[in-house]
Amino acid sequence: MRADNSSAQAAFAKAADYLERRPLVSNHRPLSWITQKVCQIVEEPAPKWWWILTIVFGAMATLTPAMLTYLVSTGVGVWGLNVPVCWAWDITNFVFWIGIGHAGTLISAILFLTRQKWRTSINRSAEAMTIFAVICAGIFPAFHVGRVWMAWFLAPIPNANAIWQNFRSPLLWDVFAVSTYFTVSLIFWYLGLIPDLASLRDRATTRLRQMVYGLLALGWRGSNRHWTHYEKTYLILAGISTPLVLSVHSVVSFDFATSIVPGWHTTIFPPYFVAGAIFGGFAMVLTLLIPFREIYNLHDLVTDKHIDNMCKIILLTGSLVGYAYSMEFFIAWYSGNPFEIYAFTNRAFGPYWWAYWAMITCNVAAPQLFWFKYCRQNPWVVLAIVMFPNTGMWFERFVIIVTSIHRDFLPSSWGYFSPTWVDITLFIGTIGLFVFLFLLFVRFLPIINMFEVKGITPQADPHSSEDHHSPSSIPQTASEVHA
Amino acid sequence: MSSSSNLIFGLGAEFSSAGALLEAAKKVHAQGFRKWDVYSPFPIHGMDHAMGFQRSRVSLFSLIGGFTGLATAFGLIYYTSAINYPLIVQGKPYFALESSLPIFFELTILLTAFGTILGLLLLTLLPRLHHPVFNWDRFQKATDDGFFLVLEANDPQFDSNQSRRFLQALGGTHITEIFQDPEETPHPARSEATS
Repeated sequence: MRADNSSAQAAFAKAADYLERRPLVSNHRPLSWITQKVCQIVEEPAPKWWWILTIVFGAMATLTPAMLTYLVSTGVGVWGLNVPVCWAWDITNFVFWIGIGHAGTLISAILFLTRQKWRTSINRSAEAMTIFAVICAGIFPAFHVGRVWMAWFLAPIPNANAIWQNFRSPLLWDVFAVSTYFTVSLIFWYLGLIPDLASLRDRATTRLRQMVYGLLALGWRGSNRHWTHYEKTYLILAGISTPLVLSVHSVVSFDFATSIVPGWHTTIFPPYFVAGAIFGGFAMVLTLLIPFREIYNLHDLVTDKHIDNMCKIILLTGSLVGYAYSMEFFIAWYSGNPFEIYAFTNRAFGPYWWAYWAMITCNVAAPQLFWFKYCRQNPWVVLAIVMFPNTGMWFERFVIIVTSIHRDFLPSSWGYFSPTWVDITLFIGTIGLFVFLFLLFVRFLPIINMFEVKGITPQADPHSSEDHHSPSSIPQTASEVHA
Repeated sequence: MSSSSNLIFGLGAEFSSAGALLEAAKKVHAQGFRKWDVYSPFPIHGMDHAMGFQRSRVSLFSLIGGFTGLATAFGLIYYTSAINYPLIVQGKPYFALESSLPIFFELTILLTAFGTILGLLLLTLLPRLHHPVFNWDRFQKATDDGFFLVLEANDPQFDSNQSRRFLQALGGTHITEIFQDPEETPHPARSEATS
């Protein structure tokens, strides 16, 4: 009888083990460990690799102002675009960067509203990435206007011509969408930083550090009379950012979809662009997070489960994008419109076939590897696989933009776009700028949202009445977790 | 600030865990204190209820911001396109709801965000450069792993000795008098020895 009982208990314990959710912070780390782990990245002297990388990418970033100066002083002709391909690498790069900027606010807002607690250890760096990507994105359309000193005409400011902006144009909607997205993302990011900046202030060992972080922390003191408003503010910002994230890339896609160019004029564009943006954004989050997780030994905060979840999102959105590619072809055939059919046949088998098949390989085929658990569990395999979406999403924008316009309705206006060295160098410059800004972020701000990670640890639950310092109070089985 | 008792901001106590702080807060609220606060490195679930808060009014500021944004967008588009300089572009109407929706949406969101942040700053009276609780040397743990409760001296129920005993009864440790000015703070070892 007794033996029966103990074997039943063992079976139950095994089942409970199996059912238990993997903790989001491994090894039952205490709260002060989290503070120490994250703050010391900022506090200890900059490691040698940081200086090397920052100098290399900083030098690369200077290519951006150098190329822009050359462009403005010489003329837009230094870019390879010309009739019929008037939108080329510049708009491709714009859409590429703005797409990458989607994962940050998606993680902060949508995963917050859907109570996905695993977002807490990745949202800070993803939001920073968003802001840097949108900065890189903004450069291209601003200079694409040709006479950049006239770029202020985009803003509804009274001017000497007494003419206002055309509010019926999707290009103007885009100005509003991107600038709103940038501003709201920045506010959201800063709001989340305030309590963590206060942590850095309170640990400061030098007067300068104390003053800078102190001013940035706005005098935050962790008062519950503040937390109550803070949490409400965060919830509201998450609530308004959710439709905002979905709207930004929808509005970007309107730039194309409201035109009558075959290949652009499709109603599938908004959801297809948004799925692609989330896909590319998560790939970039993983590209940045995996190396820093290894360097700073953050395995207990950014666990394998986090990486696994992100891989699954990439698999899902990659498949959605694949569905959109095939649906475009179906609709082209179903429409019976010869120009539409031609645009798509030309896309896959025309002179830009290599770009199209690079896109299919990178965006549809490569993420399918994430069906295999092995591929999601090994960070280096993950890093290798996400390089495909990173590349593929650039090709996607190139394919959409260039292949749709390089053959106009009349064969007399057919052309083939090739980038010039200025196009290429400018794009490399923005990559440098993006990584450079991210390196500065890693060095000067807490890369993990400490207060939110603390809030999801078992000891943060006020209803576990035992002393939070003793590891024995950590629930060991599923029944205790749910008790 | 004439008598020395005026210089005391309040009496602080430290608690061992979020749960202990929540229990203490419930009792302080039941005792009828009004000028008091708890400090923690993260928001504690159930604390708003324990302290008897109504729901936060930040959302009112968001609503005002949102309506302002919508009205601004409508005014901007309607005035510029239909009144100040009507211009026919591709035969489209001067003003149409459909083509205005994206900008209506974006400006509504933008000003909602501004309103929300403004509401937060107004309701929390932040930013501020200093606060008396920072004079307490243990207090820097509030952004690390410390859980604190402070009874403020300007509460009508506050009495230096009784309140100290009350905090002790609640299970608070390191009970310390917090002073208004930094120089008034005695050495931590001395103030703890008296408790």
